[in-house]
Amino acid sequence: MSEGAAGRLQAVLDAIPYVRFLGMGAELAGDEMTAILPFKPSLVGNPMVPALHGGAVGAFMEMTALAQLSIVEPARRQPKTIDVTIEYLRPAREVTTYARADVRKLGRRIANVHVEAWQEARASPVAFLRGHFLLSLPLQAD
Amino acid sequence: MFDLKAATALAERMMRTPQVVALGFEFLGLEPSVAKVKAPYRADLVGDPATGVIAGGVVTTLLDHTCGLAIKAADSAYAASATLDLRIDYMRPAQPRRDILARAHCYKLTHTIAFLRAVAYEVDPDDPVATAQGVFVLSGAPPAGGSA
Repeated sequence: MSEGAAGRLQAVLDAIPYVRFLGMGAELAGDEMTAILPFKPSLVGNPMVPALHGGAVGAFMEMTALAQLSIVEPARRQPKTIDVTIEYLRPAREVTTYARADVRKLGRRIANVHVEAWQEARASPVAFLRGHFLLSLPLQAD
Repeated sequence: MFDLKAATALAERMMRTPQVVALGFEFLGLEPSVAKVKAPYRADLVGDPATGVIAGGVVTTLLDHTCGLAIKAADSAYAASATLDLRIDYMRPAQPRRDILARAHCYKLTHTIAFLRAVAYEVDPDDPVATAQGVFVLSGAPPAGGSA
């Protein structure tokens, strides 16, 4: 991956208001993207545990999937989410959350993406997301 | 057991959690085993700048949170609930500049698990933006006189 890919990824993220609302960022190492959600108090969903709101964790993983698709298919408009299944393994604590997306299948119209989110240790994931995304038609090649 | 007053008090407390306040969600009320919440349209919550449509993640949080309230409306005695899994199907994009409503129904409650269905829509629940199926794990009844 070139510097251009990192720039395109950042441009995609910068253009999405909700990404700024979450405070989400991403780093690209080769073709591996790690999405980053720094902790901030407004993400808390249960002050008693305390834990991040499950919806925010799910939303972060869905945006991770969309960001990953923008890397593998840059010449398309933003895909539309068809469905997501989110599995919660443990509460997300008041620390930084990370996520990586794995595009399991990239068809002409449909992508299948798996996302894993973790905090201190990748071996102890906080949540998984599996989703299908409807791809727009490719922009005219050449 | 549905105790509207107790359940509403718990639901209103859950509406004060920081992420829900940040998103500007509004509590619309409870019925037995049912909760309703509104997500007002806001430009800073847009997920696709090309269309102005609210981010799917906002709908995810709306449906998840409304399910949590519906559990209180099914039985206000449980101290807490946590999402085990949530499946969301997106029928169509939400309409730009329109508020989104959510209605969640807790259709089965065991000692440890709650099963829910929810729908997100602008006007008509029969014309949904998204539907959800959720399973939540419940914690025990709150201590007498204690907080939930």
